[in-house]
Amino acid sequence: MPDITIIGAGVAGLCVAQALLDRGGRVTVVDRHATAGPHACSWWAGGMLAPFCEGESAEEPVVRLGQEAADWWQAHTHAVHRCGSLVISPARDRADLARFARRTSNFRQINADEIAALEPDLAGRFTSGLFFENEAHLSPRAALAQLRARLEIGGTVFVQADADPDDFAKRGLTVDCRGFQARSDIADLRGVKGEMLMLSCPQITLTRPIRLLHPRAPLYIVPRGEGVFMLGATMIEGRAGKHITARALLELLSAAYALHPGFAEAEVLEIGVDSRPAFSNNLPRIRRTGDLIRVNGLYRHGFLLAPAVARMVADLIFENITPEVMDETAA
Amino acid sequence: MRDFYGTTLSSGLMLGTAQYPSPAILAEAFQRSAASVATVSLRRESGQDRAGQDFWQLIRDLGVHVLPNTAGCHTVKEAVTTAQMAREVFDTPWIKLEVIGDADTLQPDVFGLVEAARILTEDGFQVFPYTTEDLVVADRLLDAGCEVLMPWGAPIGSGLGLNNVFGLRALRAHFPDVPLVIDAGLGLPSQAARAMELGFDAVLLNTAVAKAGDPAAMAKAFALAVRAGQLAAQADPMDPRDMAAPSTPLIGKAFLT
Repeated sequence: MPDITIIGAGVAGLCVAQALLDRGGRVTVVDRHATAGPHACSWWAGGMLAPFCEGESAEEPVVRLGQEAADWWQAHTHAVHRCGSLVISPARDRADLARFARRTSNFRQINADEIAALEPDLAGRFTSGLFFENEAHLSPRAALAQLRARLEIGGTVFVQADADPDDFAKRGLTVDCRGFQARSDIADLRGVKGEMLMLSCPQITLTRPIRLLHPRAPLYIVPRGEGVFMLGATMIEGRAGKHITARALLELLSAAYALHPGFAEAEVLEIGVDSRPAFSNNLPRIRRTGDLIRVNGLYRHGFLLAPAVARMVADLIFENITPEVMDETAA
Repeated sequence: MRDFYGTTLSSGLMLGTAQYPSPAILAEAFQRSAASVATVSLRRESGQDRAGQDFWQLIRDLGVHVLPNTAGCHTVKEAVTTAQMAREVFDTPWIKLEVIGDADTLQPDVFGLVEAARILTEDGFQVFPYTTEDLVVADRLLDAGCEVLMPWGAPIGSGLGLNNVFGLRALRAHFPDVPLVIDAGLGLPSQAARAMELGFDAVLLNTAVAKAGDPAAMAKAFALAVRAGQLAAQADPMDPRDMAAPSTPLIGKAFLT
């Protein structure tokens, strides 16, 4: 069985490591940091495993490949909650809800009573919504930690080092999973800035991710349990600076307040800013040059697509099957 | 066709670059639209470190005239600063000037607009002001040095079309030599055709294409409509009348009954 080095211990690197391990590979994971943390894009993920909702703006492969995610994460971690997701809009943005429904599938239209039954804290606040019963969510940080622990138990070695994938590829099969850090080696990779907040608001209980549609500032809120919520996320063409903008903060908090005024009492636990790595079609790509395989462009779909992309990397390495997201032109 | 600060445009369609599902789809939409101008907002991407440069490069690569805009600016000072940055980034004196007066309707603050237009024109900019159909405001903007006017059809992103056809027609009649662009509010190609039939020189839209299920196909639909409306306007359309007018002569027609 081949020895394989993976550079990058974010969601892509860990999923690829697990997929290779599951197929009998011997894997070493190299990362600049000793543990997962705020330096990684996946640290700030929403953790929605919502392939059908993503169909609103994403292309078909995201919807199809994303359907593997919930089962995969459930099989490999205990971080998954399968409660569906709920899409709602303020009454005046009803047209956006109708558009969302036209663009997506596998949901049912629900009325005020059904919304209240699903999420009692939203009772009386919204009159219609879309319920995506088969979707799931997970806690990204718990999932990453559990996956890493599982890999270590399985014999995967983790090395803390600042690694150059090209150097490693001279010595053996290497998978570059550095995400936006690989920007200097991948000319057509761009950053899409995301800004997000973690709030503590014990007075509000939500069971599942809620998407609040708005023509300018759409919002999602993902419950993390114990009164903690993640609010996200802006989508801005351009790589992230160090800090959140006041505008993003205003928009995120106003949208949360529109969802439930109780969020005004929330404590702000964390503010995250990072760049999602993306190619021009916002789809992931796998590139191979000799012994170097580059996996990148997971965009806002890290947890959603990493399992499928990892499977394709394993297929490529073990069975020489060309992945559907293989980027032949770049080789 | 009237020229825009000395530039003759190859088509009467100007297309915005926001809200597309991906840059790849944006590029495809531009290709099929045959748009001559791309508008791009710097406001949200602004920052000392030029964070948006990957995206801006993509806009430059579209191969059309770039019209940077000051979307999202609510004060004269903001708009002027954004315009100055846009000039540096895109190396063009063109600026689509937006000074928003009301956050809900995104209605222009015409007072701030005139003031900002004057400041920018004196600074060497060629200003494309996003305004209403108000004739007096239009006059003030021309006084301030604008040589193009961009009246709204309807509020930005509303898709309502031409809300005040009377006002727009009056604007066209009052300023026969000024290039006029319908900016904002268009939702359907038929509305764009209507604008061109009224004698407007171009239409500018974004949401109608970017948020369509198939943006590239909608871009093509707008391209055809704009061209149709333009040809119709040049062809001197007939005037409507109250009574039927037979298109074949009645005299001499055979009596069959």
